Amino acid sequence: MSEALITALLVGAIAASVPLMLAGLGELISERAGVLNVGLEGMMLMGAYGGFVVALATGSTWMGFVGGAVAGGLVSLVMVVLCVRWGLDQIVVGIGILLGAEGLTSLLHAAQFANTYPRLGKAAAPSIPWFSDIPVVGRVVFGEPYMVYVTLIAVFVAGWVLRKTPWGLAIRATGESPEAVDAAGVNVVLVRSLATLSAGVLAGLGGAYLSLVSSGNFIPLMTGGRGFMALVLAMLARGRPIWLALGALLFGFATALTTALQIFGIDIRPEIVNSLPFVVVLVVLTLFGRDDYLPSSLALPYVRGER
Amino acid sequence: MKPTDTKPPEMTDEHTVVSDGLAGGLSNAEDTPGISLGSSRMEKIRRSMLLTILPLVAAMVVGGLFLFALGRDPLAFYATMIHRAIISPSGLQETLIRMAPLLLISAGLIVAFSAGIWNLGGDGQFMLGAALVGGLAASSAEVMPRGLMLVLMLLIAGTLGAVWTIIPAVMKARYGINEIITTLMMSFIGVNLASLLVKVMFLDDRPGIQTPRTPVLDVADRLPTLFGTRVHSGVIIGVVAVVGVHLLMTRTSLGLRLKVLGANVKAAHHAGLGVSQLTIATFLLSGMFMGLAGGVEVLGVQGFVRADWNPSFGLVAVPLVFLARMNGWVTIAFVFLLSVLSIGGELATRDAGLPNQFGLLIVALVLLFMTVAEYFESRRLRGERTVWATMAVRFLSRGDAAGE
Repeated sequence: MSEALITALLVGAIAASVPLMLAGLGELISERAGVLNVGLEGMMLMGAYGGFVVALATGSTWMGFVGGAVAGGLVSLVMVVLCVRWGLDQIVVGIGILLGAEGLTSLLHAAQFANTYPRLGKAAAPSIPWFSDIPVVGRVVFGEPYMVYVTLIAVFVAGWVLRKTPWGLAIRATGESPEAVDAAGVNVVLVRSLATLSAGVLAGLGGAYLSLVSSGNFIPLMTGGRGFMALVLAMLARGRPIWLALGALLFGFATALTTALQIFGIDIRPEIVNSLPFVVVLVVLTLFGRDDYLPSSLALPYVRGER
Repeated sequence: MKPTDTKPPEMTDEHTVVSDGLAGGLSNAEDTPGISLGSSRMEKIRRSMLLTILPLVAAMVVGGLFLFALGRDPLAFYATMIHRAIISPSGLQETLIRMAPLLLISAGLIVAFSAGIWNLGGDGQFMLGAALVGGLAASSAEVMPRGLMLVLMLLIAGTLGAVWTIIPAVMKARYGINEIITTLMMSFIGVNLASLLVKVMFLDDRPGIQTPRTPVLDVADRLPTLFGTRVHSGVIIGVVAVVGVHLLMTRTSLGLRLKVLGANVKAAHHAGLGVSQLTIATFLLSGMFMGLAGGVEVLGVQGFVRADWNPSFGLVAVPLVFLARMNGWVTIAFVFLLSVLSIGGELATRDAGLPNQFGLLIVALVLLFMTVAEYFESRRLRGERTVWATMAVRFLSRGDAAGE
């Protein structure tokens, strides 16, 4: 293994895992509050589109990320009103959001960019005088696009908030027993609304990462199932952001490995490599899966006085 | 209208007007609980028509705004859509053909949802059934009579679909592991495996084929068509499946047991039902229909499977079946509606030079508006005011208080 290969592999793994981490983190937070967000993929797609449009207009990647977060957040407001406030079925509304986002972004893309296919410049990365020159580590650890560091910080902050703060306690309790939370005087609808909103914002950021950093342009349906992958990862992480990040890295590594092996002429089918993490997870679940953990009020709408 | 009995009459009217406007303009006659409980079958049908048609109109209006903003004529677009999907004979045939896989998938979902099991892995089960049939049909047709080949292929597709649910089924039944995660994961693996089957095992390696695909099943060997049209008998299979499942759920003891399981697992345990066996049986049955849907689509329409083909029917059917409240007849009507929207949408967007995902936007809007309409309707039936009605009443009563 040459130095260049190792660098490419690790950089690729991180690049592929960041969108999963961001969207998965959002899903994890909303799941802990008891809201199953099947529309995650749609929120990512809107984030990818919104981020691209804003970045193109302003010329700033950071503004692009803001645009992506706003777009994802706006979509999640549909979920907030229909599922959290009105208690409608989360899976049905989620799928509606997914289909709507697929249709809307494709339509807008066709209307605006179908003939021009504009591209963005390369996302900026830090250049620290001495550290960036270290072989492999310099690029992998100190030379990533800024958003990678933001994502990692977000993972740790979310983990800390969920475990150590009153907000985190409110979120976790709302996912387990909204009745008790309500009786204790905490506003269940507010907690769930904020959790759903943060899922939308984070998924929007994850989508924006795809269009702003990974590819530099917007392609219809470019999320390619990553939202569902993030959803599965969030469920498997058992509510722990760190586990989610590790899971996302595993997936990112599998993706990067396929590309790297193909460059070196080893023809391994991407289908096999892409399935492998899931196969591993299923085997692990089959062998040890006796203590499956999900919030007990997940996907159940809370209506005061019912049940 | 009990909750408003103490209120002055004009407020009751306010409530009726506002909530009716939102819930779908239902007749005033039903506003009294006594009458609405005893409402006739016709009344029920009329109400559900309204709950379908109003969201549909709302979705088309919103979709029309998008079309207008893009400089297309919405009325012309919808006229083309309806003409291409229902009025023109070839379009109507396409619509009916599209119904076949959707009906079978819906049948699989009705079973699962009634038993409280979220089988969201339909795409994987569908694609595996399709890929195996795509790979085997053409070569089997050479060695056996057509009828035998078709039956054998459908059996294989159904079996594979069912087999693909075994892992989630056992995990749910034995360890209580949430089936949403496991079916989604199995779906990813299934779609990848199907693509692998097409690219490696069943590849049609004659020169000149751009995208990897399986050998083509001769048109003469496909599912028999009906009455000289292009509509294949898979549509009949689909209708029979949905009706059969509906009767199973409403008329048999197995159906009742599954419904108890879906309503309350603990109650099912206490009633002495074999929860594990029922769960596994539900998964197998559900997966069988999904696989069958893939087989029917290949044997009836496609004739082969391309490596990049994945229509994702499974996901669209989920909200549909849920909105139909697992009722077979309503599901058939909704599947027809969805087919009209998707076939008409595909053809009309092509004419208008728009991406065909625009159809998805309309479908999504219909689904969301239907959910919302259901919500207002259920609130109305419970005699609750809508948010707006409550605000209106508050506003009015404040005025009264000031007046007095």
